[in-house]
Amino acid sequence: MASDKALQKADLSLLRLADGTLTVRLSGEWKLGKQLPQGEELRGKIESAETVSRLTFDTQAMTGWDSGLITFLMDIIDLGSEMHIPVEKDRLPAGVQRILTLASAVPERKGVRRKATKTSFVDRVGESSIAFWRSSLEMVGFIGEASVAFMRLLVGKAQFRPSDLLLTMQECGAQALPIVSLISILVGIILAFIGAIQLKIFGAQIYVASLVGIGMVRALAAVMTGIIMAGRTGASFAAQLGTMQVNEEIDALKTLGISPMEFLVLPRMLALFFMMPLLSLYADLMGIIGGLIIGVSMLDLSFMEYYNKTCESVHLNDLWVGLFSAAVFGVLVALAGCLRGMQSGRSASAVGEATTSAVVTSIVSIVVAMAVITFVCNVLHI
Amino acid sequence: MEIREAEPHIIVEDLTVAYGSNVILHDLTFTINRGDIFIIMGASGGGKSTILRSMVGLLQPTKGQVLYDGLSFWSAGPEEQKSIMRKFGVLYQGGALWSSLTLGENVALPLQQYTDLSSGQIERIASLKLALVGLAGFEEYYPSEISGGMKKRAGLARAMALDPEILFFDEPSAGLDPISAHLLDELIIELRNSLGATVVVVTHELASIFAIGNNSVFLDADTRTMIAGGAPMKLLAESKDPKVMNFLTRGEGRVQEEIR
Repeated sequence: MASDKALQKADLSLLRLADGTLTVRLSGEWKLGKQLPQGEELRGKIESAETVSRLTFDTQAMTGWDSGLITFLMDIIDLGSEMHIPVEKDRLPAGVQRILTLASAVPERKGVRRKATKTSFVDRVGESSIAFWRSSLEMVGFIGEASVAFMRLLVGKAQFRPSDLLLTMQECGAQALPIVSLISILVGIILAFIGAIQLKIFGAQIYVASLVGIGMVRALAAVMTGIIMAGRTGASFAAQLGTMQVNEEIDALKTLGISPMEFLVLPRMLALFFMMPLLSLYADLMGIIGGLIIGVSMLDLSFMEYYNKTCESVHLNDLWVGLFSAAVFGVLVALAGCLRGMQSGRSASAVGEATTSAVVTSIVSIVVAMAVITFVCNVLHI
Repeated sequence: MEIREAEPHIIVEDLTVAYGSNVILHDLTFTINRGDIFIIMGASGGGKSTILRSMVGLLQPTKGQVLYDGLSFWSAGPEEQKSIMRKFGVLYQGGALWSSLTLGENVALPLQQYTDLSSGQIERIASLKLALVGLAGFEEYYPSEISGGMKKRAGLARAMALDPEILFFDEPSAGLDPISAHLLDELIIELRNSLGATVVVVTHELASIFAIGNNSVFLDADTRTMIAGGAPMKLLAESKDPKVMNFLTRGEGRVQEEIR
């Protein structure tokens, strides 16, 4: 067995004839992963030998080969052309000769190979700024197109299937109820806890009801629902539209003269626009229930006390602000999801990037919009 | 790399494949010899790709065996299955390149997975394989930057990365222009001749079938099983089955019958 293994090990020896012919004798099994001799090793030997007029091969003692041999031979051929020594391949096995021919059959196209280039810091800053400017323009363009599509809807000219709208409404409305319930109740509980610690010091724990009520109704329900929708629905919009981009479905719509903006984006935007205020209203209720649980169980408040205090402190204005914010967030989430989906490249990783970017854009725009709405309401004393 | 005559390499025995209760194909039995270019043909929807999925280990058959060198794939343990799969190279219909990797990385991944070669060696082998399919210099390109035909060839380079004994092709010429399809056919023959690999091709392209196939099986979509087998040229000359004739003559056989 030991001698068998020794026999199989790939090896090479050189034989130099008087006429300057250098024969490379290959023996053993020239297969990948068997510690093959490298072409570079030969360079030193050839250089140290006296003038070599040509290179040839002897493969009689070779027991097997695969790509390992081919890469070795290609190195030798490169070496030969570099040192201006002709390499004769006719004594190689027929299969090896054919593969070598095949490998050089289609010569490398000029200018095809890419060189790694280093870009300077200034270049990168410049490129990012240009990219940011372009994406801002695209965003504005997209909002413009969406507005046009909305106008066409108002005059009854928009083309989309009502069943799409209803299906999307169901997906982003009713099916989101469980997660919205969970998050809103927990947010209510957390608010009540945080408030209770401070208010209890002054014996003013009844104001927990006002804190939770106003906090949820005016802002938090809408923001939390918006963030849930960004992660749940916005991401799904981006992934859907991105995959449609990959499958050329959007191209198919365009060539049929159907505006993807009306057919795909409009129903999604409308669905979130209608569903977000409803979800937010539901989240208000859930949040208040969360606060109530803490108020009744830990702060010694009665149910009626808590209820009355909530009714007394939460005004209808707060509700309107909350619902308005929710509708705005709905449009923002839908716009971000659809925008990133429509901009998506045509590969699996591009769809992934589109989804990530949709969620980030949604959340950032929700927070910015919330800040603007709060500021405006403050100025207008609403 | 001598090809010995008629040495069975893959044996499909009594194979039945189904998706749930929906039987796609039943009772297939055929033998693929070492060095064959074996064609699995039949009309669209006949289950050609399904049987390929079953042969390469993606879909467990409900009944029957696929034997590689006498070893049953579906009754082997996971380790044995892995070592059988190591002998495959599969070219999927669209190339199925990993879009987040460059072409060079696509070809290198199987080598990294299965060999302990240095990264320099792996790079050189990847370049060699890409050169073999006419894509020299495209190592740094991403799949999204090249054409459909190039993707297919790059997929072939990846399928050949580990010098497989068996190459499976799923509709290799689908979506290619006639010249590219012809070149791919020639490449398949060349690779079989030089590497001595067994080639299994799923296709319905008649030009390819006659150009490269030396053995075949014909799957019928109505009866959901094989109804003929043998060298495609011989089938064309000798088959009495109207369905087979219809297929091999592009339906002209039927037209002639109807005219008569």
